[in-house]
Amino acid sequence: MKQTIREILTKTAKLPVPVETLSDDADLHEAGLTSFASVNLMMALEEAFDLEFPAKMMNRRHFASVNAIEEAISAIQTGMAA
Amino acid sequence: MALAQAKRQADMSPTFALPRNLIEAAKRAAKVAAQNAVDVDEKARFPREAFVALKEERLLGIMIPKALGGEEAPLREVAEICMLLAQACSSTGMVYAMHQIKASSLVTHGQDTEFHRAFQRRVVAEQLLLGSATTEGGGVGGDLRSSVCGVVASGDTFTLEKEGCLISYGDQSDAILITARKSPDAPASDQVMAVLTKDQYTLEKTQVWNTMGMRGTCSDNFTFKGKAPLDHIMRAPFADITAQSMLAYAHILWGATWYGIASDACARAENFVRAEARRRPGFTPPGALRLAELLTELNKMRSLVLTSIETYENARHDVDALSAMGFVVAMNSLKISAAQMVEAIVSDAFLICGIHGYRNDSPFSLARHMRDALSAKIMINNDRILGNTSNLLAIYRHDASLLG
Repeated sequence: MKQTIREILTKTAKLPVPVETLSDDADLHEAGLTSFASVNLMMALEEAFDLEFPAKMMNRRHFASVNAIEEAISAIQTGMAA
Repeated sequence: MALAQAKRQADMSPTFALPRNLIEAAKRAAKVAAQNAVDVDEKARFPREAFVALKEERLLGIMIPKALGGEEAPLREVAEICMLLAQACSSTGMVYAMHQIKASSLVTHGQDTEFHRAFQRRVVAEQLLLGSATTEGGGVGGDLRSSVCGVVASGDTFTLEKEGCLISYGDQSDAILITARKSPDAPASDQVMAVLTKDQYTLEKTQVWNTMGMRGTCSDNFTFKGKAPLDHIMRAPFADITAQSMLAYAHILWGATWYGIASDACARAENFVRAEARRRPGFTPPGALRLAELLTELNKMRSLVLTSIETYENARHDVDALSAMGFVVAMNSLKISAAQMVEAIVSDAFLICGIHGYRNDSPFSLARHMRDALSAKIMINNDRILGNTSNLLAIYRHDASLLG
């Protein structure tokens, strides 16, 4: 899943640094993820994983790193979304 | 008189265990603001008498935690004070609101660092007025979530130079909370906020505030050059500061300030209708119907501001709730609606007061109110805010429930 997330990040997040240079827990906001880009990111993730982020998950924390995104998606897929 | 003095002393005495009445204190300051409102507007000068009064009443540090000498005043009380001041003088209300927006960020994000805790004590003890420098590039407004300048660290200190930033009451501020990139080569959106006191920066004025309304906020443009110890930089990223304190406090306190302008315009329209009724007993003045309609609009605006305060209070202890899209959309909506409403209410009050409202020299004059109200929709342009909300709509769905 991480690989797919990274591919989507490369396409949508428009970070000033290559996504490959970031570790799985690197802070994407610090790396330059803007709120506008994060909307595109969420949209692409919803499409790729065929899911809908519930309103309460659409915040900075759940999209702060590759790991955080993976956790958020797993939580929805297993029906554990907070 | 002696009683009033005794009460005032009792209010100000730190030895009194009972919480003092902040609203009564604000009303006394508002009286001073009202006496000087015309002159402040005419000369586009800072409402200094009102701020001397606000400092004397010790109303600048009321949001600071009790452990640091403050009174932990809740948002709703601060909103009421902004409203009371704006009824008297819009500029005074708006400057007070802007000061408290900065204080909210200090209170929310400055509890785990020694410098910021000590600084909050100073805000209370010395009644420091807090200014804000968030935009740059010479223009008015701009995108506060993007910085050109960056913090340049060297040893234990940093320097910061920000060109052409609009700083409301910059000359009168005792300290400025300023944003910059975390470092000069950090992305534009990776920002921090630092607290610099007056002795740590210089301001070179590049443009003077000469506007249609809100003339007393003295929102001049400056080039800011500062140097301070590194611990003056707040630990939380500016993105968290905007989401968790600034967004809600700014839009709610602006909304409350604008409600104060609208409410005073309605009060003038009421006075006009009452005077007409007394002049011709037995006839309902023609403006009365319009006034009835105007009061329903004022009621809508009040409900909007109060509901928004409630929305914030329900979310305030949950950082996820504060940064959720629904919350952002709610606060953006408040700003847009409140800005539209204050303009419409003051404008409709003209129909009631007629030429007496249009005159500058009548007790029913609405000229200053109208000019001040027109600032609302461009103070962070409504279109920019609508644009921000529209960016979310590809994924955002509104909460379809009534109770939330």
